[in-house]
Amino acid sequence: MNTELTGVIVTFLLTVIIAYPLGKYIAKVFAGERTITDFMNPLERFFFRISGIDASKGMNWKEFLKSMLAINMLWLFYAFFLLLNQSHLLMNPDGNPDMTPDLGFNTAISFLVNCNLQHYSGESGLTYLTQLFVINFLMFVSAATGIAGAVALFNGLKHKTTDNLGNFFAIFTKSITRILLPLSIVVAIILAFNGSPASFDGKDSIVTLQGDTVGVSRGPAAGMIAIKHIGTNGGGWFGANSSHPLENPNYFTNMVELVAQMIIPIAMLFALGFYIKRKKFAYIIFAMMTIGMLFLIVPTINWEMAGSPAIEKLGVLQSSGAMEGKEVRFGAAASGYWSIVTTIISTGSVNSMHDSSMPLSGMMQMLGMLINAFYGGCGVGILNYFIYIIIAVFIGGLMVGRTPEFMGHKVEAREVKIAALVTLLSAFLIKGGTALAAYYFVQHGNVVWAVQPANWLNNPGNHGFSEMFYEFTSANANNGSGFEGLGDNNIFWNVTTGFVLILGRFLPIIGPIAIIGLLAKKKYIPASSGTLKVDSLTFGILTFAIIIIITALSYFPPLVLGPIAEYLGM
Amino acid sequence: MSTHNKNSRLFENALVKGALKQSFIKLKPGVMIKNPVMFTVYIGTIIMLGVCCWIAGGESAQGSLAYNVTIFTVLLLTLLFANFAEAIAEARGKAQADSLRKTREDTPAKLVSRALSNVSGNAETTHHSPLTTHKLVPSSQLVKGDLFLCEAGDTIPMDGEIIKGIATIDESAITGESAPVIREAGGDKSSVTGGTKVLSDQITVRVTTAPGESFLDKMIALVEGASRQKTPNEIALTILLASFTIIFLIVCVTLKPFADYANTPITIAAFVSLYVCLIPTTIGGLLSAIGIAGMDRALRANVITKSGKAVETAGDLDTLLLDKTGTITIGNRKATNFYPANGVTAATFTEACALSSIADQTPEGKSIIELAKLDTNKLNTNGAKFVEFTAETRSSGIDLPGGIKIRKGAFDSIKNMVTKAGNAFPDETAESVKTISSNGGTPLVVSQNDKVLGVIELQDIIKPGISERFERLRKMGVKTVMVTGDNPLTAKFIAEKAGVDDFIAEAKPEDKMNYIKMEQQGGKLVAMMGDGTNDAPALAQADVGVTMNSGTAAAKEAGNMVDLDNDPTKLIEIVEIGKQLLMTRGTLTTFSIANDVAKYFAIVPALFITSIPALQSLNIMKLHSPESAVLSAVIFNAIIIPMLIPLALKGVAYKPIGASALLRRNLLIYGLGGVIVPFIGIKLIDLIVALFV
Repeated sequence: MNTELTGVIVTFLLTVIIAYPLGKYIAKVFAGERTITDFMNPLERFFFRISGIDASKGMNWKEFLKSMLAINMLWLFYAFFLLLNQSHLLMNPDGNPDMTPDLGFNTAISFLVNCNLQHYSGESGLTYLTQLFVINFLMFVSAATGIAGAVALFNGLKHKTTDNLGNFFAIFTKSITRILLPLSIVVAIILAFNGSPASFDGKDSIVTLQGDTVGVSRGPAAGMIAIKHIGTNGGGWFGANSSHPLENPNYFTNMVELVAQMIIPIAMLFALGFYIKRKKFAYIIFAMMTIGMLFLIVPTINWEMAGSPAIEKLGVLQSSGAMEGKEVRFGAAASGYWSIVTTIISTGSVNSMHDSSMPLSGMMQMLGMLINAFYGGCGVGILNYFIYIIIAVFIGGLMVGRTPEFMGHKVEAREVKIAALVTLLSAFLIKGGTALAAYYFVQHGNVVWAVQPANWLNNPGNHGFSEMFYEFTSANANNGSGFEGLGDNNIFWNVTTGFVLILGRFLPIIGPIAIIGLLAKKKYIPASSGTLKVDSLTFGILTFAIIIIITALSYFPPLVLGPIAEYLGM
Repeated sequence: MSTHNKNSRLFENALVKGALKQSFIKLKPGVMIKNPVMFTVYIGTIIMLGVCCWIAGGESAQGSLAYNVTIFTVLLLTLLFANFAEAIAEARGKAQADSLRKTREDTPAKLVSRALSNVSGNAETTHHSPLTTHKLVPSSQLVKGDLFLCEAGDTIPMDGEIIKGIATIDESAITGESAPVIREAGGDKSSVTGGTKVLSDQITVRVTTAPGESFLDKMIALVEGASRQKTPNEIALTILLASFTIIFLIVCVTLKPFADYANTPITIAAFVSLYVCLIPTTIGGLLSAIGIAGMDRALRANVITKSGKAVETAGDLDTLLLDKTGTITIGNRKATNFYPANGVTAATFTEACALSSIADQTPEGKSIIELAKLDTNKLNTNGAKFVEFTAETRSSGIDLPGGIKIRKGAFDSIKNMVTKAGNAFPDETAESVKTISSNGGTPLVVSQNDKVLGVIELQDIIKPGISERFERLRKMGVKTVMVTGDNPLTAKFIAEKAGVDDFIAEAKPEDKMNYIKMEQQGGKLVAMMGDGTNDAPALAQADVGVTMNSGTAAAKEAGNMVDLDNDPTKLIEIVEIGKQLLMTRGTLTTFSIANDVAKYFAIVPALFITSIPALQSLNIMKLHSPESAVLSAVIFNAIIIPMLIPLALKGVAYKPIGASALLRRNLLIYGLGGVIVPFIGIKLIDLIVALFV
């Protein structure tokens, strides 16, 4: 077989092989069983003691959400303040300036919500202090917030009837000390040994073959690149993200970063099975998500390896595929694979420029973010999938002639309302945002902003439409990757995507946790042979069909006007 | 389903006419707003009317007047079709209820005494002493608490409870069952229904329901919509449908700036058409019809439901409590065998058995005579003295003039008697007794002068076909529980033979209640059927309590359904009706949403084809022109509603094949089918439309 494809397959298999024991370990950590990281106990107890938290006290869904939202709010103000004043603070060897308020607003939110949409370039837009204590810090806590949300769901599913979704602070702290930190250390060490910088010195300078002297940005990057993937964050140390030779030096680090960004989302599925002791339920979800991923990945790799029809028409041979915007050291297959992995799981790091992907590959990337539940982000992927499950349970339950129930709890108007609102929200934010952008572009092209709307798009026409649609899709999915042909550092994009980011992050966490909180409180109904079996393949397929139908119906027109029209016009 | 064939045709001419009229009356905004999905179509229709006027006034960028008027007409038809679905369901339910009610209207009532509550308000009758005579009043003037008299040949004017007398009554007007029934004061068979006929004797009846408040009246009000409330499940589904509607509203609103970006002018007609096609109008239009049809189907099975919710709950039932007698077994026990003791000839024993039962009027006693096959007239019973059954002796029999005392009774009472007299109880008879008990039978030991002659075997006869019904219920996931006064051994045997899952033996009224509570604590939904006043608490406790029409007023008040046929197996039908109701909602929702795929492929290329010609390859149905594509999609969207009315009224067939298999089946038919059918339908309509545009 083609070595490029073999590399991709080996990478995926490696991910699953590591994710399985990791899932078992995660389940043990949150079940309070003995694990090899119990040496962290004193440290955790120390944190709880100084912050006056009783980690053993359970929380109902409202208390859980209040704790989560309150502390997130605190981090937002903290990050905003540091970003706006970074030039006056320590660790700024390259003398980078303060952020503008709208950029600071966007960046603070973007990292708080695990999105990492970057309207700046790390080399010149941040100092080492803000890289470490804003960006790096938020990468850990936002990932841990996502894991905590998923564990709250697990707790609601574990017991027949319960009010207790667990203690947010305890789960949050353990997510960092037991999962994110150890994994990041391992990955950081591997990256550092492969050439990623881990130094506090300022720019290095090299003399190129042409004799020019070039300043090369450096910094303590390896650690950040590790958590950027482990926590499905995706924001790069360098502007070029993981296509930058120092951020992703070789094919091996490329594999490591691919595995790193995917293991927690997959491990959380296995953890679900172990934790609530319904492995089949988890395996069916894993199978459906994997099938979904393959639907996106297989054609994408195929298109990228085949090369561009436009170039083919010129009679140019493309033996290595569509290489525009791609790194030669990774090749078309691994770049195509990365582009889908990073979009389905909300990492948003890139090792090639998505703007240069084939039109339909671009559509696959968008679909990955629109669905946002084929594995999905760190912890939150499973929450997104849960919303689809609730809708599937409702329709499927009716179809077997019972009022719908999920794991012994009746799904009624309130739960349906919340699930429907969350589904609605994505459609509203993404299309509303894109419509607003299109409106400004067409009607108010000459507004005096840093980048005038008329000059936003590198490529007008269908591709330009895709760039705008992609940006809002990425913001809503908390993904953070971009079709980089867009002039996005101006007040319009910073503010609109800022709001989309924060709504697109927290409502899809609040919704599922509220639903599971409401469901778990209800009386438990034992299953009979007339009950819809949620751990059956049939139900899995129903959920999958619901995902496809809802996504297709909600986004068919913009997808036609963007990538499909571009493809058909090639 | 039901064996009753009343109004079995779906569309009777008279009903259709009334429903057509109603379809227009229901266009009032106040009525339309109750259905949010269809209300948005309503707004769309009004917008199109405006556009038509605008074009007639000279606007030229919105397409031809004919095209816009056609779109407007199709939208209006969509609304009318949806209204018609609801109206026809209402009309059918009402017709059914009317036919039941007709019999009792304006029947003269022989009023005996006015209700006490009336007394204070009516000076004329303040000092009314109880009358032996009566005066004739129309039944419509009766109020709750009034007493009236019914004699042989009278039609009972109003639902009530017998307070004096006993009568045979012909209930065929309601149940369709021609055999008369006996109703008497006191006990559990004291209830009479308006419209039934007294065949013999005389009864005094107290009116238990005010005019217009009988269960039938309530049901009619439910069907007519005056007091119809959305059930919880209907509300949840409406929310889901409303959210889909909003998603598609967003799709259409954002399409405007998208189209501007792509330099494509889109007409208002196209926007409205796209919107109406995408929102779930099919299920939105049929939703209330489905709910009404559920109650209607219950009524067709001769079950009156007090709320739509009760029918819905029936689909969720986990446990059914069924009385043994009359439900699982036919009536009473029958003698099936004689086992004489050693040294007693069969003929002697048979004669003794017959003699002991001659005066026994119980069904068991009669069956013994039947089994003995002796000519009772030839038996010498001159000067014989019959000994009645008492709870003390727990035996009955006959004392013949020759000093022969024959007794038959329960094993232990006869054994006591025999051993007291110093005689041994024969081993082989003891053995027979044991065998009979363990086979679910009841042994009756016969003795003559304190010596055991042998034992009679009484057996319950299990209704033919009942175990298949229980098997069907089991596949639905419903557990059946038999309630019986028998001892546990007998109960167990019958339970196994009939195929019920559990039983309550030696049941007292409170045992039912406790069992229901226990099941409910485990989260299960329980249904029971009952008739007596002592059943009332349990009927009220049960999630679905079906009261027999012959039951007492208290029992009827406590339950949430009344079965006019007094048929205990009716519960099984009720469960299926409930399941059908929910399934019909689910499958039509799936179908409705699946339809959208084809509609997108019809309309979206049509909208953009002029500015982006490459999109022609998305026109996979090869529709004639952009206008014909839009028209075909809207027309399909409209006519699918009337085409599905029969399904909505009859309900999706329920097959007890297990939840997963059922889901697979319905997903294939209504999900996959819902994707494919409109591609074919729209193409066909386009072929026709292309002839005109």
